[in-house]
Amino acid sequence: MLKLFRFLKPYTLSIAAVLVFVFFQSISELFLPTLMADIVDIGIVTGDTGFILRVGGIMILVAVGGVFCTILGNLLSSRAAMSFGKDLRGRVFAHVQAFSRHEFDQIGTASLITRTTNDITQVQMVLIMILRMMISAPLMFIGGIIMALSRDVQLSVTIVAIIPVIAAVIALIAAKAIPLYKSMQVKLDKLNLVLRENLTGIRVIRAFNRIDQEKKRFNEANLDLTDTAIKVNKILAIVMPALILSLNFTTVAVIWFGSARIDSGHMQVGDLMAFLQYVMLIMFSLIMVSMMFVMIPRASASASRINQVLDAVPGIKDPPRVKTDSGSKGCVEYRDVTFSYPGAEKPAVSNISFSAGPGEVTAIIGGTGSGKSTLFNLMLRFYDLDSGAILLDGVDIRDMTQERLRAKIGYIPQIALLFTGTVAENIRFGKQGATDEEIRHSAAIAQATEFITGMPGGFDAFIAQGGANVSGGQKQRLAIARALVRMPVIYIFDDSFSALDFKTDAMVRAALKKDTGESTVFIIAQRVNTVMTADRIIVLDGGRVAGIGAHKELLESCAVYREIVYSQLSKEEIA
Amino acid sequence: MNEERREHKPGGTFGRGGPMHAMAMPMEKAKDFRGTLKRLVSYLKPHHYKLVAVLTAAVLSTVFSIVSPKIMGLATTSLFDSFMTGSGVNFEYIALILLTLGGLYLISASFNYIQQFIMAGVAQKTVYAMREDINQKLSRLPLKYFDAHAHGDILSRVTNDVDNISTTLQQSITQLIASAVTLVGILVMMLIISPPMTAISLFILPLSFMVTKAVAVRSQKYFAGQQKKLGELNGHVEEMYTGHLLVKAFGREGESIKRFNSINEELYDAGWKAQFISGIIMPLMMFINNIGYVLICVFGGILVTRGAIQIGDMQAFIQYSKQFTHPIAQTASIANILQSTVASAERVFELLDETEEIPDKAAATVIKLPRGEVRFKDVRFSYTEDIPLIENMNIDIATGQTVAIVGPTGAGKTTLVNLLMRFYDIGGGVITVDDVDIMDLKRGDLRGIFGMVLQDTWLFNGTIRNNIAYGRPGATDEDVTNAAITANADHFIRTLPKGYDTVLNEEASNLSQGQKQLLTIARAILADPAILILDEATSSVDSRTELLIQKAMGALMKGRTIFVIAHRLSTIREADLILVMNEGRIIEKGNHKELLVKDGFYAELYNSQFAGISSVDQAV
Repeated sequence: MLKLFRFLKPYTLSIAAVLVFVFFQSISELFLPTLMADIVDIGIVTGDTGFILRVGGIMILVAVGGVFCTILGNLLSSRAAMSFGKDLRGRVFAHVQAFSRHEFDQIGTASLITRTTNDITQVQMVLIMILRMMISAPLMFIGGIIMALSRDVQLSVTIVAIIPVIAAVIALIAAKAIPLYKSMQVKLDKLNLVLRENLTGIRVIRAFNRIDQEKKRFNEANLDLTDTAIKVNKILAIVMPALILSLNFTTVAVIWFGSARIDSGHMQVGDLMAFLQYVMLIMFSLIMVSMMFVMIPRASASASRINQVLDAVPGIKDPPRVKTDSGSKGCVEYRDVTFSYPGAEKPAVSNISFSAGPGEVTAIIGGTGSGKSTLFNLMLRFYDLDSGAILLDGVDIRDMTQERLRAKIGYIPQIALLFTGTVAENIRFGKQGATDEEIRHSAAIAQATEFITGMPGGFDAFIAQGGANVSGGQKQRLAIARALVRMPVIYIFDDSFSALDFKTDAMVRAALKKDTGESTVFIIAQRVNTVMTADRIIVLDGGRVAGIGAHKELLESCAVYREIVYSQLSKEEIA
Repeated sequence: MNEERREHKPGGTFGRGGPMHAMAMPMEKAKDFRGTLKRLVSYLKPHHYKLVAVLTAAVLSTVFSIVSPKIMGLATTSLFDSFMTGSGVNFEYIALILLTLGGLYLISASFNYIQQFIMAGVAQKTVYAMREDINQKLSRLPLKYFDAHAHGDILSRVTNDVDNISTTLQQSITQLIASAVTLVGILVMMLIISPPMTAISLFILPLSFMVTKAVAVRSQKYFAGQQKKLGELNGHVEEMYTGHLLVKAFGREGESIKRFNSINEELYDAGWKAQFISGIIMPLMMFINNIGYVLICVFGGILVTRGAIQIGDMQAFIQYSKQFTHPIAQTASIANILQSTVASAERVFELLDETEEIPDKAAATVIKLPRGEVRFKDVRFSYTEDIPLIENMNIDIATGQTVAIVGPTGAGKTTLVNLLMRFYDIGGGVITVDDVDIMDLKRGDLRGIFGMVLQDTWLFNGTIRNNIAYGRPGATDEDVTNAAITANADHFIRTLPKGYDTVLNEEASNLSQGQKQLLTIARAILADPAILILDEATSSVDSRTELLIQKAMGALMKGRTIFVIAHRLSTIREADLILVMNEGRIIEKGNHKELLVKDGFYAELYNSQFAGISSVDQAV
């Protein structure tokens, strides 16, 4: 967690001021008993009511000063802590935006979300607590010792002597409790995981008659968690009584030694009373600190998760020197491209070479894991290839900025994902500043106009999170419109037609053909009838090219292709 | 994704952030506070002896600690008197008092420890029982419940809400008792010492109430604002991260960061105000406290000079008044905590009160050697009363036949699966398997006859081996490998770094959709069922892999009845019976040829495939 606090640097001044204010506040707290001692030792002893009232007045002023210091300190600490949270959040978010697919795969999307939101909030809350309560303990201690020393040096030794004892007790308990707390958190996560799996897999569990086994799994996790929780809480049960007892024994000691000092005429009764209150104040601030045991382990777990994100280096960066291409035409060339996913034994694609130009439709077909999507993840530079090169309009894609590269491409992913916002905003996602006319045109080509106008509000209809209020086919059509509005030189349809029914599929493709005439089009597909009209069909098998050519050529020359075709079309359709 | 966010309600799993925070945060209230509280208390019943011990210990611990300031005051008075009279300190008397005090402290601390120690067991065991009840309950709830409730919501009830109850049981209940005893005890002690001084101490109470209330109300407003902004921010993060590739592909990183920063800025603005205002309560209370302190010093001092009270009493008063405001603040915050705890408990009980599945018949029939004949006789079914989906459906499927269910997305094709597996019960008519009414079978036995591969590939956090072995308890490694080979999954599994021992991560995102599909197929193959349900199972496996699977399944399908839900007409064409569904209803049934002749919905669906390519014959 300390590592994260480097983000506090811009607020050093604020925090220094907080320290000063908290110190003054502690002093004011401590000063009240001191003044009370005066009331006792001078006012009461001499019976001077006027003096008592005067000192009372001063005490009120001290109290007012104290509360002002606290409020000011609170203001500064609130702002500093929230700024810290803001900065950290902004930093993490911007950092994650630069991540490539690999880093997302490594940490996991859900986990990244939690890290950016919840984890940062946790750390921020603890920072507030630290600034507000925790730092007051040492300051109160220092102030208390100063005040005590100013009253009676010898008696102060009593207080100083007891502190190491208490510190040791706290350290001991912390050393035992914090690891237990951590393991409790792990066990709670485990319980959550089991439950979540039970919910998502309910049909499978019931279909395979595994209810009892799953119940047992949950019970085991539950029992494990309970055992640890009992252990933790039993250890923590000692904390409060132990602290209070040491506080009380300190007061007993103070009275005993104080009596001797009074007897020898070194001290007055008021001083003793003040001493007792110093001890109380110091102890209470220590108790406050010990109450924060619970928060620190959770927050430090959060902090290390955040650090992990910040330490992850985006695998793909823009080149230091950018080469300019010969203008956007959309000529694509794969030269002996090989790529394997991190940690995989075999390359996902190997030795792929082909080229495609404007006005051509290239279709890719092949089995699961044959590397179809991978091929285009590489073109989009979601991953970098191991060897070979991909050239776009004559320039290696690694020699251009990612922005320039992706600006040339209209990508329609396999799973259509929409964002919260209106239909128009979702389409405009493809091209900032697209006119309404452009949006309508793209929607029309994607055969989306009919259902959009049927929605309440038409193009201004609101799409719920994740596109929950539109069907799969509608989402897909909007995703197509989103890519079309971009007017790119290259289109990549990653199995984008599978969510459409046969009729719509045909209509969309017919309309697309007219509009994408001069573009370079890539279609990844499962259905033979989607690919058979393409200018060029690339058949992938196990990450290698099994054949390139037009439908008829491949039927004759490529066994893999034939197999696919026969599995989908009946004899009479082919013959 | 939604789950993730709901699971971590701010202030839920996280500690309470000190007593003052609980007061400043907006709290939710239970609908039926009394009833729920009663029921919550009933959970504590098995531990009632222990609870009595806890309560006794709490009371004793408090009482002993309350007496001590008064006794300590005796020492001060004695010291003061000897100082005023000039005689030496009476060390014997002082020692006696200090010994008494030490004893009191020790007793009080011991009781305090005992109370916390016992409560740790009670609280955690109670929560354990509650979680276990939920666990049992979830296994008895019908699928209907899970389909109608967001997973995040159920998860939140089991984690956040139960966690909330646990913390309250552990801390707040004994605190509440201690606070109440302290208040009464201190009041009594103060009155015994000096009624006028008590009046002065009490004078500040309404003041602190008013201040707290005023600030708390204001801060709740800001907290609500902060919460709203936080929700907005989380929503944005969620969308941008899930759509990360799209954001990149469309070069929208800049926009995304800009929007994030603007929400972040707003969050900061609402956030620091909320923190500041809520953070003010504590200093203000302390200030009012200090005013009381000054009043006691001044008036106490004057009273001492007049001999109305003793100096030790004044000291005791200072201590009492310090302790007095503490339990008041605590009680106020505990009241809030209690509110939210009862609200949590209510949500848990709501879950526990859901209607359960009809229990299995006691004298259930057992089909020893299932043949796989399925018959629907006048079956009626609907998800909601007013929209009938299936009416008078009659179908007859012989062993080894294939039934294809076709229709556009969202046509309700999974409904049949729900009925066959008794995930939902039919509203009328009879479904029989091998001439036995499925209502007469135990659910477990019925489902044992079926094997299925669902649309959503469910795999759990474990090795690939264990995931496949899930299909049949006690399957050997060889069985698993054979099933994987049959399902064509063996090859890709072996290309993974750890092969069959590869641990699937939480979202199983280390496998592709098709690979996951293959694993679930292997699992179904291993289960070796009489009836196989393929629920769009092969839709994300490409045709070529599908062909390989079909080859493998060809052997497997012999002697088995197959229900297949698929888009692909090539698969459907070979089916013995095709059920065409649209908008939840079965609108046509028959085989491929019959349906084409009928020239209805199916024919249109089928012909639209030809429209997609200009003409297949030409193309070839």
